[in-house]
Amino acid sequence: MPVNQSTSQSTPLISATSLTCIREDRLLFDQLNIEINAGDIVQVEGPNGSGKTSLLRILAGLSQPFEGEVFFSGQSINQSQEEFHQNLLYLGHLPGVKGEMNAQENLSFNLALHGFVNDSTDITKTLAKVNLTGFEDSLASHLSAGQHRRISLARLYKSNARIWILDEPFTAIDKQGVHGLEQLFKAHINQGGCVILTTHQDLLTFEPSQIKKITLDYVFE
Amino acid sequence: MSIANLSYRAVFSLVLKRDLTIAMRHKDDIINPLLFFVIVITLFPLGIGPEAQTLSRIAPGIIWVAALLSTLLSLDRLFKSDHDDGSLEQMLLSPQPVFILVLAKIVAHWLITGLPLILIAPLLAVLLHLNEQSYGALMLTLLLGTPVLSLLGAIGVALTVGIKKGGVLLSLLVLPLYIPVLIFATSAIDTAALGLPYSGQLAIIAALFFGSLTLAPFAVGAALKVSTN
Repeated sequence: MPVNQSTSQSTPLISATSLTCIREDRLLFDQLNIEINAGDIVQVEGPNGSGKTSLLRILAGLSQPFEGEVFFSGQSINQSQEEFHQNLLYLGHLPGVKGEMNAQENLSFNLALHGFVNDSTDITKTLAKVNLTGFEDSLASHLSAGQHRRISLARLYKSNARIWILDEPFTAIDKQGVHGLEQLFKAHINQGGCVILTTHQDLLTFEPSQIKKITLDYVFE
Repeated sequence: MSIANLSYRAVFSLVLKRDLTIAMRHKDDIINPLLFFVIVITLFPLGIGPEAQTLSRIAPGIIWVAALLSTLLSLDRLFKSDHDDGSLEQMLLSPQPVFILVLAKIVAHWLITGLPLILIAPLLAVLLHLNEQSYGALMLTLLLGTPVLSLLGAIGVALTVGIKKGGVLLSLLVLPLYIPVLIFATSAIDTAALGLPYSGQLAIIAALFFGSLTLAPFAVGAALKVSTN
């Protein structure tokens, strides 16, 4: 996995200036400045409805902020969209798994869409890493919610994107799976990537000092 | 496993193959619009009476209106399920150009809903005593016209996909855009029945086809970005 370290020292990998988000006439956050460097793991915190998902969607470029701008390596993401998308892996609330296709086809399509030429042995191996051995040929509609999430999380093992934006990645994942994912995050940030995630669980394998936190708790006056 | 910059053609066939696979496993998507088309057309002779003259007079209109409505009925599925399960977001965030993804989805939609209509239309035309000279015109107008329905319809679906109950709005948005196709297609078939050349009407439908083929994917891409906002 080649990771370009040279540019990462000077400019932050992903940054945002004076982000303001308004949803349903409610101000979720105001004038938020964010700087995330290579090697950071960032946990976005806040109670339900505080705008965690909105923030992640804005950082991924899926939603437009009311005010402010998001930058990837110093360039606005609206201008360097293709380059940004090559370096971005966003997994939202919804797993993006089609019920009419089996686990193997789902993963293979998702990888191919992001430019990975893959064959079935690769896919089988990757699915094994998320404990889906034996389910390769099962239609996703016959699998559980946790297994859907595992199919979409399997992409992390093959990703060479530097920025991972993960919205509640641990939902419906068992303890062992969570542990495996945390190890994966560790490896990823050590290779010069960054992870931005929301979760209500504690990240157990990380030192508290290692985790950067963005707390969203805008108080109405 | 290696990383490669996919060619436009590779991306196109990847998405096309996926959508066709899903449709083949979820046969409702293919059968429903086709069944609707067949039922509407077979009901007309029963309702109006079997006089050959009346039926052959109204046949072009009936076939085209039925094709138009059955396309409208199937439009919703173009982006709805992808939007609901999150695959649409993933497609928009992929490094591939959105217009290629969208074009592949529209082509898949046409292959699933438009093509079966064209194949069964001559059979139903017999039922309506369509003038013998009109069959060529019927097939040509359907072949050029149904892709226009899918392409223009996709813009409407893309705009309404984020709305919970977008069905009514979709019809209101899309139907006015369908009317030129309907007018020129039925006019071409009527002209053919009189034994006159109908290349003028056909040229206009062809212009609509190429116009929407080149512009609609970009409009759909922009509309999807708004809808997922």
